[in-house]
Amino acid sequence: MNNLAAIWLTVQLATVTTCILLFFGTALAWWLSRTKSRAKPIIEAVTALPLVLPPTVLGFYLLVIMSPDNAIGSFWVHLTGSTLTFSFAGLVVASVIYSLPFMVQPLQNAFETVGSEPLEAAASLRATPLNAFFTVAMPLSARGFLTAIVLTFAHTVGEFGVVLMVGGNIPGETRVISIAIYEHVETLQYAAAHSLSLALLGFSFVVLLAVYTLNRRFPIRIR
Amino acid sequence: MLAIDICASLGEFELEVTTKIPLDGITGILGPSGSGKTTLLRVLAGFEPAEGRIIVDDEVWLDTKSKTDIAPHRRSLGYMFQDTRLFDHLSVAGNLEYATSRTLSEIKQIVVDDVVDAFDLSPLLKRRPAELSGGEKQRVALARTLLTNPRFLVLDEPLSALDEQRRSDILPYIDTMASQFQVPALYVSHAVGEVAHIARRILALSNGRVQANGPTNEILERLDLLDVTGRFEAGSVVEATVIDHVERHRLTRLTIDGQTLTMPMEPGVAPGDQIRLRVRARDVALALIRPESISIRNILDATIVDLFQGPESPYVEALVEFEKQRLRARITLASVEDLSLAVGMHVFVLIKSVTFESSLA
Repeated sequence: MNNLAAIWLTVQLATVTTCILLFFGTALAWWLSRTKSRAKPIIEAVTALPLVLPPTVLGFYLLVIMSPDNAIGSFWVHLTGSTLTFSFAGLVVASVIYSLPFMVQPLQNAFETVGSEPLEAAASLRATPLNAFFTVAMPLSARGFLTAIVLTFAHTVGEFGVVLMVGGNIPGETRVISIAIYEHVETLQYAAAHSLSLALLGFSFVVLLAVYTLNRRFPIRIR
Repeated sequence: MLAIDICASLGEFELEVTTKIPLDGITGILGPSGSGKTTLLRVLAGFEPAEGRIIVDDEVWLDTKSKTDIAPHRRSLGYMFQDTRLFDHLSVAGNLEYATSRTLSEIKQIVVDDVVDAFDLSPLLKRRPAELSGGEKQRVALARTLLTNPRFLVLDEPLSALDEQRRSDILPYIDTMASQFQVPALYVSHAVGEVAHIARRILALSNGRVQANGPTNEILERLDLLDVTGRFEAGSVVEATVIDHVERHRLTRLTIDGQTLTMPMEPGVAPGDQIRLRVRARDVALALIRPESISIRNILDATIVDLFQGPESPYVEALVEFEKQRLRARITLASVEDLSLAVGMHVFVLIKSVTFESSLA
């Protein structure tokens, strides 16, 4: 029962995170693939930070920023009446930041592969830039979207450090699969830890297999 | 009328074009590679930033002074790209539909059925661009561009990716585009032959500047434009009237400024038809007295109106005039000296071969 609650919470977290990132990550990836701004390398570096930072570092800063002592954290308390730390909402915010590069990089790659040529063709056929994005750039980047969505989802499912720092271990609220496994091991419930771990291992393998099989076109820049 | 007065820079390269182009029929844009032909088209389409003014009829597309810069998708210009740029994720029908669904119904004069017929697309409609041959792609791209019912078309070396055979397959479709659909076009090419075949007038570019702008015949016979119009394939386009066919010799007899000329029989033309001929400069020789006992059949009277020698060239380009029409001849400097050729001299023009170019409507 305990395990099922953790699985359900994890699926919810990964789905919400992926949906939010699908919106913001697409916009950011599109901007990065088109811009000639000098700020581009800075933004790219910031986007990629979660790839190299220890999750505890990221989690620590997020904990500080989200705490009610801080502007953002207290604003959230003012708005909703509950704290951002140690809550599902806080987990979503942390996951969005933590999984950002997994959405942005494959999409940026895909958009750069599409290039400006098809969009010029669309413009010459009277399509507005936004319309050209939806009718030309997106369909031509379909495989990039698939990769980005699957990787973001899978990566959010697998996160541990950030969640532990920001969310703690509250059943039904912040106890996701990885935390549950940690808890099982701490309390020497190896059988329960085994079943969850095996499920996660199988899930991750199937996801990566699917990505690598379906997607040979856009190199996946993950570490 | 398309009025252009623009200046654009891409890295080291500078394009400065000030000219007016009447928007009827096909205007060829000729020039060596790197002369700015494609850049000019891209500036017109709004794909490259530029300073200055572009005015189409009475519509201002670009005016730096009044900060007007109409977005590419709002410029009524059909762009046919060298690489066709068909959308791979759509079928041929889907590609055509992409153009029609974005074109206001008020201006929809050309509809899908028209172009499908004119460009023989019905067997291709369900296919994907990846399954088409080079020539088929060009036909679909041409049709797709026409379906936006643009004020005018720009074609960026549409035939350059095709082999010789395919080119001659596609050229009639481009003729169709101009004649049947009455859409004016700017046709960029570095192949003089192509342009001479289909263009009414030529804009010659060199190093980002306009070298000349005028009727095809005039530009092709201008000797100072050899860099642009090409040396080896240099020639002239002349207009002639068909007299009759000589079945026994497989020849067609023509008259040009009152003198008779023969060419290999062209069954597609009838007596009385006005046609255009192309004569390569290297197929024309000059003589001071009428040669006898010679295999060349076409010997005409003419006057030398210009002689032009390129730097360090063994050749001289001579321009000769019949009554009105002019022809280029490519002869050696040695011959000019031996025969003491000079402007104003009467000569006999020996034409080794004549190519049928097109019928004049």
